[in-house]
Amino acid sequence: MNNMLAIPKVNVKNMTDKEFFYGHKACAGCGGSIAVRLALKVLGERTFAALPAGCMSAVGFIYPQMAFNINALITTFPGAASMGSGIAVGAKAIGLKDFKTVVIAGDGGTADIGFQALSGMIDRNDDVLYICYDNEAYMNTGIQKSGLTPYGTKTTTTPTGKNLPGSVTHKKNLFEIIAAHDIAYAATASIGYPQDFINKVNKAKHTKGTSFIHVYASCPTGWGTPTETSVDIAKEAVDCGLIFLAEYENGEYKLNRNPKNFKSVNDYLAKQGRFKHMSDRDIEIVSSNRDKKWERMRKHWLQK
Amino acid sequence: MNQPKKQEFKTPKHIDDYPTGPQYTAGFLPETNAGWRTVRPLVDHEACVFCLRCYMLCPDGTIFKDNGKINIDMDYCKGCGVCAFECPKDAITMIKEEL
Ligand SMILES: Cc1ncc(C[n+]2csc(CCOP(=O)(O)OP(=O)(O)O)c2C)c(N)n1
Ligand code: SF4
Ligand SMILES: [Mg+2]
Repeated sequence: MNNMLAIPKVNVKNMTDKEFFYGHKACAGCGGSIAVRLALKVLGERTFAALPAGCMSAVGFIYPQMAFNINALITTFPGAASMGSGIAVGAKAIGLKDFKTVVIAGDGGTADIGFQALSGMIDRNDDVLYICYDNEAYMNTGIQKSGLTPYGTKTTTTPTGKNLPGSVTHKKNLFEIIAAHDIAYAATASIGYPQDFINKVNKAKHTKGTSFIHVYASCPTGWGTPTETSVDIAKEAVDCGLIFLAEYENGEYKLNRNPKNFKSVNDYLAKQGRFKHMSDRDIEIVSSNRDKKWERMRKHWLQK
Repeated sequence: MNQPKKQEFKTPKHIDDYPTGPQYTAGFLPETNAGWRTVRPLVDHEACVFCLRCYMLCPDGTIFKDNGKINIDMDYCKGCGVCAFECPKDAITMIKEEL
């Protein structure tokens, strides 16, 4: 294991002035593009990026536009992790040194369609950082439910009305599923806590073997939120306890934030078009699911 | 400024000039995004304390450090307003874009 204390800190004052995700066509205020831009600024110029179908590839590669200012390519939707593995071992085989390979995929591309390739990559412990930017639906094809869409969300495949509250399933426990592979390093993050996200990308950059970061990233278009509140709403998701910040390394879970009191779930939901229809009963289902999850996390993940 | 700039795209003349995939030269930008804006950020440099929170959070990376002041690449700012909303000193206001 690396000595993490020896890793130079990256912050807004000392990070590179170069931009590696620039001139892209993401919607104004896109949270996913904040995650991608910051991650690449931490990883630096000598990075290979592989992106499956999804908004971040769709807005970055519009021939002849090439918004990625590093080596980057689009992969098949289910094969992003395989492509990342291939790049990493290929680059090593031709003798390249001092480089990082990163996969950047959406929630659909990670928790559903790309999952098998991802699981294989972690199993082989290939030297790749996999970043899942989670906007809680298949946004690029017009907002369909994914395995990470939370309960009560209105999407085009989970309509709302007399019979349905929107999505009837809760988010998959992606972080724990990944950690269960006994991965070298895994973390959850939110663009609402950008320095925490930067630190985790930096840690992953210096981790040998597979690392995984699940970053919560707002989507004003799919969520029905004002473009200027993209960072704020991603922060509020953490503050109300629906999104948690944690790490897994050396076989141990660590809860990075353990607030005494949560902000109101109700307020968080009411700010977003995708949740506006929710009844008090459905909001209660969301809150009690949150409480159950925190009870479990506090019991098992707090350092004693 | 460290950001890539708009470049002229030469339309391929022969089939051999086309790339074999959707990839092209890294950082190649054939057009700007300025036309997306309905509002634009206006910076009050007196109020700005150069904390760089706006620089960190701009989804488009258009804010840059310019001799101890922040500056914005208006070719690629989409006018989302994240910078103004996140500024702890309210040093940025969004004003209506004039045609
Ligand atoms: C095999 C395959 N199935 C479906 C698609 C269509 N498709 C392209 S992007 C996309 C949505 C991706 O969603 P997500 O991974 O969450 O990323 P986001 O668009 O939300 O950023 C879909 C369904 C595809 N390109 N390939
Ligand atoms: S649809 Fe959402 S995720 Fe896709 S580019 Fe727009 S804001 Fe970003
Ligand atoms: Mg998505």
